[in-house]
Amino acid sequence: MTTSADSPLTAGTRSLVPLSSAMPWIIATVVLLALPFVFPSGAGLTIMNQMAITIVFALAYNMLLGQGGMLSFGHAVYMGLGGFFCMHLLNWVENDGLWLPLPLLPVFGGLFGLFFAFLIGGFSTRRAGTVFAMISLGVGELIAACSIIVVAFFGGEEGVSGDRTYGPEVLGVDFAQQSEVYYLIVCWMLLSTLAMYLFSRTPIGRITNAVRDNEERAEFLGYSQRHVRWISFCASGFFCGVAGALFAINLEILTEENLNTTQSGIILLLTFLGGVGFFVGPIVGAIVFTLLQTVLSLYTEIWQLYLGILFLATVMFFPNGLTGLMAMHIPSWKAGRLGLLMRPYAKMAVPALAFVFSAAAIMEILFHAREASVGSEEMTLYGMTFNSHGYAPLVIAAAVAAASLYLMKQIAPSVREAWSEANPVRGDS
Amino acid sequence: MSLFFVNILDGLVMGLLLFMLCSGLTLIFSMMGVLNFAHASFYMLGAYFAYQISTGIGFWPALIIAPVVVGVLGALVERYGLRRVHQYGHVPELIFTFGLALLIEEVVQFLWGKSQMAYEEPSALAFTAFSIAGNSFPAYKVFMIFVAMGIFLVLLYILTKTRVGMIIQAALSYPNTVQNLGHNVPLVFMGVFGVGTAMAGVAGVIAGPVLGTFPGMAFQLGSIVFVTIVVGGLGSLWGALIASLLIGWLQTFAAAYNVRMSDILISLGLERPADLAESALRDLWTLTLPQIGPILPYLLMVLILIMRPQGLLGKRET
Repeated sequence: MTTSADSPLTAGTRSLVPLSSAMPWIIATVVLLALPFVFPSGAGLTIMNQMAITIVFALAYNMLLGQGGMLSFGHAVYMGLGGFFCMHLLNWVENDGLWLPLPLLPVFGGLFGLFFAFLIGGFSTRRAGTVFAMISLGVGELIAACSIIVVAFFGGEEGVSGDRTYGPEVLGVDFAQQSEVYYLIVCWMLLSTLAMYLFSRTPIGRITNAVRDNEERAEFLGYSQRHVRWISFCASGFFCGVAGALFAINLEILTEENLNTTQSGIILLLTFLGGVGFFVGPIVGAIVFTLLQTVLSLYTEIWQLYLGILFLATVMFFPNGLTGLMAMHIPSWKAGRLGLLMRPYAKMAVPALAFVFSAAAIMEILFHAREASVGSEEMTLYGMTFNSHGYAPLVIAAAVAAASLYLMKQIAPSVREAWSEANPVRGDS
Repeated sequence: MSLFFVNILDGLVMGLLLFMLCSGLTLIFSMMGVLNFAHASFYMLGAYFAYQISTGIGFWPALIIAPVVVGVLGALVERYGLRRVHQYGHVPELIFTFGLALLIEEVVQFLWGKSQMAYEEPSALAFTAFSIAGNSFPAYKVFMIFVAMGIFLVLLYILTKTRVGMIIQAALSYPNTVQNLGHNVPLVFMGVFGVGTAMAGVAGVIAGPVLGTFPGMAFQLGSIVFVTIVVGGLGSLWGALIASLLIGWLQTFAAAYNVRMSDILISLGLERPADLAESALRDLWTLTLPQIGPILPYLLMVLILIMRPQGLLGKRET
């Protein structure tokens, strides 16, 4: 597979945050420990737990996609298998008196994920690129389909559930409270993030990057591309299993939905949204995606459509993701010229926001006009109530969209000018 | 024995349908190196467009118009989407088509809703063509067989006997040389992409009434299509044909014959555990062939990948 220099995958593990120093880690730890005091509500804890688990999963996924150049379409399988295995372990602790403190559970989930990654990686990592992607899809489908057939392990349609509080108490904590679970998950998240970061710095992590960029050259240096991929595949499987175990601890139930292709698609989507070329990219992606999902699904029924548009726009126009967008501004920030960009950005933001909201309004009105039950033609949008079956709201929204698009076109040259002024060496973007 | 013949014919319908998707996909892949993840989504669009057109002006115009619209859409996607992403390499291209597949499904749900459409076969074909010992075979399926065969023959003729086909075949192997000879290779790519998606559209038009027109139809068939081209060998048209028929028959026969796993195990001399609910192997004892039918294609793919990584008729591993 040959990729050109500006591919989001070949840029190396660039850093947005200097992770090699201790400072970012200490700050992250302090912030994470303090967060439950800022958001003490149950909903806040639920979202933060979900986020932390997604971060582990997304980082493990990016070990393949960003660092190894392997696009997997069936990665939820490893997380799901680890989670199911942990659910059974929890049930053995409860019913058969197996001695296993809850904080150690992710180790076993990880080992189970590692075991399956070892088995499947044996034949799937032979090639990277398209072939790997297709095999991962096929294997993912196979195991997802098996989850309905093999009831003894996957529990059929109702899944497997258990209770995390039956294990031996650790320091007097039985993990009945959600905040205790939060600290357990955060601990494991920090540990796994550190471990994955350190893995990317080891010789094997570096060779994984080399194989991604040019597998032939790596072979000529004496490294088997297949073995290198296999090893990083196994490592990724381990951390996926850890994420699965954390999921099992958090929600105490796993169903077929945890390993089907939709789940695999979501993890690809959010990792790419965050930026695959950066170590912190998946973290940004997981946080933004979880927030978007929570907020958007509160306000609109067609949030998945918006996510799809956002994803496709990211792939086409910002292949380095959100982190890439932030990283673009580092040179001008270092040169002290970031202030030059602020005014044009603010000027651009007004029509851009107007465009986004009016375009969304068009879709919401169309959706409401088709989906609403007969008789209820009133809809409320942005605090306004109107008849969704009339033409007037549509015409107004379309006019606003067109006008803001025109304004954006007018302002674009000044933004470009400011950009080249702020980044004199690099020229325009 | 009569059931056997009906299944042969049903499997043939399914296999040819798969082939209409696989041939376009494999042609696009071997030409541009892009595996179009959204290929089955164009199949779905074909069915929805045909439904929409057939409610207005009838099935027969829809059979022509819908694939043309789908093909134009496909060509536009290549021109304004794929070509842009192409500079970043193959993996972002694959991610792009994956995102496109997600988006098309959402757009279809947005425009037509989540429920199944009342898209039915034309009344001119709603009769029984013939019956074998009480098992009737609808005329519409005969029609499907003829359409699929016809398209395959036309494709084969164009690819092997015409000048356009020669340029396409040359552009497959040496795109730069063909470009230097004065041919517009990007245009050829766009054309092949458009024709490939139009063929998926035809498949959608004729399969919609039989397999159902609903938002999940793309994904349902899409993953099987990928399995088929891996089994047949990436980039091999004949391999795709063989694998399509093989998988079509595999699925049809697995669904038709209710072989029980417990019968096999008992005939092997194993004893059925007395308390089945407590046994860890209980699923092995209650398995039936129709139950595992859906996973057979994936199992076949894994086996092929282990035994013969290049696929049945493939020449290369990538």
